[in-house]
Amino acid sequence: MSRPLDDNHLHADPGIEAHPLHHEIPVSSEGATPMQRDRATTIFEKGAAGRRAFVAPKLDVPRVDGLLPDGFRRASEARLPEVSEPELVRHYVKLSRRNFDLDTGFYPLGSCTMKHNPRLHERVAGLSGHSRLHPLQSPEHSQGALELMYNLERALGEVSGLPHVSLQPSAGSHGELAGVLLTRAFHEDRGQTRTKVLTPDTAHGTNPATVTMAGFTVVKVGTNPDGGVDLDDLRAKADETVACLMLTNPNTLGVFDPNITEIAQIVHDVGATLYYDGANLNAIMGKARPGDMGFDIVHFNLHKSFTQPHGGGGPGSGPIAVSERMKPYLMNPRIVRGEDGVFDLDDHGYEKSIGRLRGFQGNYGCFVRSYAYIRSLGAEGLTDASETAVLNANYLLARLTALGVADKLPLAFGDLCMHEFVLSGSPMKKDLGIKTLDLAKRLLDHGYHPPTVYFPLLVDEALLVEPTETETKETLDGFAEAIAAILTEAGSDPLIAQSAPYTTPVRRLDEAGAAKRPIIRQPIPA
Amino acid sequence: MTQYTAVTDADLAEMLSAIGVGSVQELFDRQIPADVRLGRPLDLPAGLPEQEVYAHLRDLAARNTSAEDEITFLGAGMYDHYVPAVIDMLLGRSEFLTPYTPYQPEVSQGNLQAMFEYQTAISELTALPVSNASVYEGPSAVASAGYLARLANGKPKFVVSRGLHPHSRETLQTYAHGFGAEIVEVPLKDGVTDAAAWAEAIDENTGAVFFQQPNFLGAVEDAEALATAAKNSPAVVIGQYDPIPLGILKPPGECGVDVAVGEGQPLGNRLDFGGPSFGFFAATEAYLRRMPGRIAGETVDADGRRGFVLTLQTREQHIRREKATSNICTAQALNALAGVVYLSWLGKDGLVELGELLLQRTHHARERLVALDGVEALHTQPVVREFAVSLPGVDVTAVIRRCQAEGVNPGFALGREYDEFSDGLLVALTEQRSKADIDKLVDVLGAAVAAERGAVGATA
Repeated sequence: MSRPLDDNHLHADPGIEAHPLHHEIPVSSEGATPMQRDRATTIFEKGAAGRRAFVAPKLDVPRVDGLLPDGFRRASEARLPEVSEPELVRHYVKLSRRNFDLDTGFYPLGSCTMKHNPRLHERVAGLSGHSRLHPLQSPEHSQGALELMYNLERALGEVSGLPHVSLQPSAGSHGELAGVLLTRAFHEDRGQTRTKVLTPDTAHGTNPATVTMAGFTVVKVGTNPDGGVDLDDLRAKADETVACLMLTNPNTLGVFDPNITEIAQIVHDVGATLYYDGANLNAIMGKARPGDMGFDIVHFNLHKSFTQPHGGGGPGSGPIAVSERMKPYLMNPRIVRGEDGVFDLDDHGYEKSIGRLRGFQGNYGCFVRSYAYIRSLGAEGLTDASETAVLNANYLLARLTALGVADKLPLAFGDLCMHEFVLSGSPMKKDLGIKTLDLAKRLLDHGYHPPTVYFPLLVDEALLVEPTETETKETLDGFAEAIAAILTEAGSDPLIAQSAPYTTPVRRLDEAGAAKRPIIRQPIPA
Repeated sequence: MTQYTAVTDADLAEMLSAIGVGSVQELFDRQIPADVRLGRPLDLPAGLPEQEVYAHLRDLAARNTSAEDEITFLGAGMYDHYVPAVIDMLLGRSEFLTPYTPYQPEVSQGNLQAMFEYQTAISELTALPVSNASVYEGPSAVASAGYLARLANGKPKFVVSRGLHPHSRETLQTYAHGFGAEIVEVPLKDGVTDAAAWAEAIDENTGAVFFQQPNFLGAVEDAEALATAAKNSPAVVIGQYDPIPLGILKPPGECGVDVAVGEGQPLGNRLDFGGPSFGFFAATEAYLRRMPGRIAGETVDADGRRGFVLTLQTREQHIRREKATSNICTAQALNALAGVVYLSWLGKDGLVELGELLLQRTHHARERLVALDGVEALHTQPVVREFAVSLPGVDVTAVIRRCQAEGVNPGFALGREYDEFSDGLLVALTEQRSKADIDKLVDVLGAAVAAERGAVGATA
C-alpha cells in the first residue's frame, strides 16, 4: 500500500525529508484531503490599522454627551483585530483546513460516538422560528418549542426506561452534576447524611470530578477479571454512608456487565441510588434500558447517541431521566402540557427541586437536532443504529484478528464486544518497540483519526476503538489494514512510527514545554 | 439499514461470518442477560423521510414568535444582535462543525489556534491576562467561579448582589449547596447594589463576592467601589459581565475584579431559545492553575514549527479526576469560535462604535418611554443597553400581551423574578432596533398602558 510521495501533499516537509526511509513512507490509504501546512499566524498578526468588516448603523437619535460618568469609561481600547471581511474569511477558512473532521474521514474515537451528523439537522435548527426565538418569550408565543421539548423528553424517557426527564444540563458532565445533586437532595429529604459515592476504577474522569464538586468523597470499586464490577469489592464498600454508585453500562471497556441486576440490588439494599453514565447508550438503544436494569438516574450525551455535531469541543447537551422516586427533585422550570393541549413552563413544577443548573431552558438548538434525528429514524431506526454499531465494532475486531493484529494488540477483556472495544498495546510495545501513542500518530498519516488512547486507565497502553454504525464495511476494512500495515512496518523499522506523523499541519508538539511556560494568548505590541 | 447506515445483505452475511455468529441478535443475546433485554420495540413513532421531518420541524418553528416576527426589546441576559453571514458560513464548515475535542493536536491545529485567538480576544475585552477556551454559558460560569473560590480559599460565605442575574443566583445556589457554601444576598438601592450593605456583609469568612455589570436592571454599577470593598477580605471578586458594553465600559481587569465571567451569546451567537451559546471565564494570573475547562497554549513541534496544544491539563478531570478544578469536559468550542469571529468582524473600532450607538439609543428610548403617561423610571442610574421602567398600578404582563398583539415585544416583566418590582419592565436595545422601532415602541406601549389603565379604572 506504499505509494510515491505526492509533492503537493508533503510540501517542503523537513521532518519527512530528514527520515532515511522517506521515499517509502506511505501516506493516506484513503486519499484524505491534504491539510493546510503554512506557518501558523493568528488573526491578531494580520490586518492593519483602520481596516474593518463591520459597518455600524448610523446614529439616528440625537447625540447626548456625558451619559456615562468618566470614571466608568474605558480608557484604552481592547486591541481586537482590524481586518476586512475577505481577510477574515480567508483566515478562518485556512484555519479550518488545519483540522481533521468527521466529514472527511473515519473517526473511531472510543467513548465519543463520532457518528455522521445529518445536514437536515443544521437546516431545521437554522429556521428563524427556532434560531431567533428568545428564551424569555412567553409560553403562548413559544408553543412549537415547548412541544418539541416535551416530545423529546417523552422519547428520551422511552429509550432509557426512566420516565421523568429534564433537558436542562449543558453536557454530559453537567448531567452528572445534576444527578449527584439529585441524589444529595433525595437523601437529605429522608434526613440522611451520606458522604460517599462509589465509582468503578474504569469510570470516565468526569465521574469522580463531579462527585467532589457535589460535596461527596469518591470511593473506587474494583473491576473483576471479566471487566465488570468486582461484586465482592462492591459488597464490602456498599454501606449506609454511600449515597450513590455511578456506572457506565456497557462500561468503558466495552463490556456489558452481566451482573447488573445484582449490582442494583446491592446498591438499593443500602438505600443508595444507581446512576447511569449515558456515554455508551449508543450500544443499547431499543435493546435494553437503564431503567429496566434498576438505574435511578441516567444522563444522555445528545452529541453522542443522538448525533449533535461536536464542534471541536462543544456544544453538547446532557439531559437526564430519572425514576419516580427521584422526580420531585428535578430541575425547574418544568415543561407541562395542560388538558387543553397547551404547553407551559412551570417555575415551580418540581416541589423539592434542586434548583437551576444554568440559565434558561438548556441547549435548545441541540434539542432541535436530536429531535429531528429521533423523528427521522423512529423506533426501528434507533434500534438499527445500536445493532449496526455493535455489528461494526465486532466486525472490525474480527478483521483485526484475521489480519494477525491480535498478537500485538490483544482484546483487553472477553471475546465479543458491544459498540466499542479496548485493545492493549502492551505486547506491541514489548515486541515491536512502538507504543500506542506511536500507532495513533502513524494512523494520522494514513488519513484516519486515531482511536482514544491511554483510556481506560486500567488497561496498559490502551486503545479504545468505537467505529459507530454510520461507517461502511469498506472503511472498516481499510482501517484494519492500516493498523496491520503499521505493525508490519514497525517490525522492520519502528523509527517510522516513533517519529510519526509526517503529513499533518504540524508534527508532534512539545506539550511539556507548553505547560511549563504557558503562552495562552497572542502578545500584541502596544 | 437506514439512510445513515450501510450494511447490505451481502455485507451482513460476510460480517457475521467473520465474527462467527449467526445473527446480530446473537451479539446482544450473548452479552446482555435475558432479564434486562427490552424484548419489544421502542414505543416511538415510526421514522419519516427527510422532507417530512423538515415539514414537521418547520411547522413547530412557525408556532413560535421569533425576533424575526416581531420588533423585540426583550433582553434580560440574551440579546437579539445581528449575527453576520460570515459566522453562518464559517461555522457550517465541516472542519469546524464535526470534529471532537482536540485530543490529537497534530490534526486539530485549526481548532486549537481558534481557541488561542478566542482567549486573546477575551483577555483584551476583559483586560485580564488569563482566559480559558469557554465554559457552558453565563449562569453556570458564575457558579463555576464560585467553585474556584471555594477551592482557592475554603471560606464558606458568598456575598451576592441582588443585581446579579436571577438565573445566576439560582445556579450558584444549586452548586453551592453541593460543594458547601452559604449565600448572603445584598439588596439593591436606587437600582444598584446597596454599597453600605455590601461592605457590611463582607468579612473574614467571605470566600467570594458576586455582582453583575451592568446589573440585571440595566444599571451600570460602580465596579471599582464594589471590588475595593472586598480588598481587605479573603474574597475572590467575581463579576458577571455583558461583553458588548465592554467597548465603552471600564473593563473588569482595571476595576480590581479577580474573575470575570459572562454569557457569550451576544457575541455572534443565535438566541436559540437559550442555547447553545458559551460562557467566558477570565481571571488574574493568580488563578491560572485553578481555571476550569480547556486552555489552549502555544508551543513548537518536532521541527520547531509553531503550533498549539491543550495545556495545563493537570487541572482537568481526565487527569486529576476527583482532584480536578472542575468536572467540565465538553464545553462550547464552536460557539466560542463564533465569538472570536464576531469580535474580529466588529474589530477594534467597531466594538466601541457599537457600544456608543447602544448608549445613545438606550438613553433616547428611556427618555421617550418615561415621558409617557403611566410610565416612570424605575431608577435613574447610567444605562448602556438596557433599562428598567415601572408601570404603576397596571398588570405588566397584560401590557406586554397588548403590545405583542401589535407586533412589538416591549421587554421583560420584572415581576417574573423580583417581587419588589412587580410593576417593572426591562427594555433592551441592540443595533437591530432603530429609532423607527423605538418610535413604534413608544406608540404601542403608550397605547397599551393607557388601555390597561382604562381597563383597571373600569373595573375599579
